[in-house]
Amino acid sequence: MSNVDSMNKHAIARKTSGLDKVLRVALYTVLIVVAAFYLMPFIVMLLTSLKDVEEIRTGTLLSLPGALHFDSWAKAWSSACTGSSCGGISPYFMNSFQIVIPAVIISTLLGAINGYVISLWKFRGSDLFFAAMLVGCFIPFQVILLPMAQTLGWLGIANTTSGLVFVHVVYGVAFTTLFFRNFYQSIPGELVKAARLDGAGFFTIFYRIILPVSTPIIVVTVIWQFTQIWNDFLFGVAFSGFDTQPVTVALNNLVNTSFGGKEYNVDMAAAIIAALPTLAVYVFAGKYFVRGLTAGAVKG
Amino acid sequence: MNTKAANSGSGQTQSGRPARLSLADWMPKIVMAPTVLVTLVCIYGYMIWTAVLSFTGSRMLPSYNFVGFEQYERLFNNDRWMVALTNLGIFGGLFIAICLFLGVILAIFLDQKIRAEGAIRTIYLYPMAISFIVTGTAWKWLLNPTNGLEKMMIDFGFVNFKFDWLINPDMVVYCLVIAAVWQASGFVMALFLAGLRGVDGDLIKAAHLDGASTFTTYRRIILPSLKPVFFSALVVLSHIAIKSFDLVAALTNGGPGYASDLPANFMYTYTFTRSQIGLGSASAMVMLGCVLAILVPYLYSELRGKRHE
Repeated sequence: MSNVDSMNKHAIARKTSGLDKVLRVALYTVLIVVAAFYLMPFIVMLLTSLKDVEEIRTGTLLSLPGALHFDSWAKAWSSACTGSSCGGISPYFMNSFQIVIPAVIISTLLGAINGYVISLWKFRGSDLFFAAMLVGCFIPFQVILLPMAQTLGWLGIANTTSGLVFVHVVYGVAFTTLFFRNFYQSIPGELVKAARLDGAGFFTIFYRIILPVSTPIIVVTVIWQFTQIWNDFLFGVAFSGFDTQPVTVALNNLVNTSFGGKEYNVDMAAAIIAALPTLAVYVFAGKYFVRGLTAGAVKG
Repeated sequence: MNTKAANSGSGQTQSGRPARLSLADWMPKIVMAPTVLVTLVCIYGYMIWTAVLSFTGSRMLPSYNFVGFEQYERLFNNDRWMVALTNLGIFGGLFIAICLFLGVILAIFLDQKIRAEGAIRTIYLYPMAISFIVTGTAWKWLLNPTNGLEKMMIDFGFVNFKFDWLINPDMVVYCLVIAAVWQASGFVMALFLAGLRGVDGDLIKAAHLDGASTFTTYRRIILPSLKPVFFSALVVLSHIAIKSFDLVAALTNGGPGYASDLPANFMYTYTFTRSQIGLGSASAMVMLGCVLAILVPYLYSELRGKRHE
């Protein structure tokens, strides 16, 4: 790197290059140590899930399994006991999908339409309403828990999957609206005005002009909602019935049930299974999420 | 759909028949109506409902015999609630401070034209995708004294190594901090990194031409311009801290005893398992107060700032 026959300004650079090199090494060391800290829990979970109980007892967290045991995965999936039923976490895994898919679709659609109205069809009080809605993004849900439980009872959807879908839609719409509103803010209002003069109506403009450019924000919203709803525990534990529990609740029951010896390998396998869908979404679409998030969230 | 109003000729000539425009004008309001209704009822209505309950003597079922501030008095005379509030202070303070510090530092480090930046960023960020229940389960395993880190260090030859925070009532709250920082700091890093990338490049070049060192440039020019990111991160983190419920449920279940309870867990326990609805509602209202104290100034500055654009 250090060219001896370089010009004057390179000489200045060369003077600091020794220190620079040390700093550079220190920088990479810090980054790698931190990366190890972030990776360790997952590596330990994976290693533990592949050991048998004897190896877990005698080995340490980071010791490699002597042979790969996948039976803990099979047990976690189909025969481990969560609370009082012993069918593994697979039924609850399916419950989570039955909750998350309709809830994501409905809350994203509502968010898109609301965001479209708030940024491009402002009416008297729409800004005020938007502010009122933002509060809904941040309230501690403890403050609505009890009335919502009563309401679900009155509606006859307490302890059902539909009930949980309803709850997730109600408290997800504020966020989805926020995302779409921020995204649509950058669309010039003249575009809508021109389209109206050409005779396009509310839905035509949405369908023909707005939706085609919305892909990035739809991706962000879907990822956000999917992660939020899949990872939810509070609504799951407060509003689900015995058969409609989401996987987070089942995992917690599994880990906190202790009949006889604790099977840590099964616990860890179940935890990884419960984390897989959101991890997969993150690995495959995380790039778009971060990109979209910085466009939406940072600018507020 | 709804395009008849403007169908014939240019819009200006329609002024004679405003009635025909009305459906198109109403459409935005009609499609927003369900959200407006749901927001008013399920957010504001329920808030008021819970507030009302917090002034009643409700126990197992909601009842409407008003008792004034009695539940709030009971709440603040309740040792378990005071432990939960203190824990929130310790947990929230440390969690927010460490996440912000790590987030800024890591973002600046990653901003130095690092090789394999994408891979490192992915590693820092993945915990964010995982639920607090899974995070709690993983750290419960790592931190337990019989099998976890303590045993590992002893097996490595550090025979006197002791790390029993998870079962130590004085230290257990710091276990919550470790797990929560692991989960959220990468996200803060991503926010700041995005912010750094958005800083005007010419400004930085000018600073360098003026002879400012990298350190000075960050301290005097780049970081001050990241104030909005800082506030966004602060709001998101305090929100996570105040609503933390699942992490406690999975990592410590509030124990040992109730040493690691947070207000969210207190509220759930008293409302749903101890049949003290009035007391639970009062605790929820205190939590709401904490959130609003942070949120209202933030929203106010955000919305006011918007008008200048």
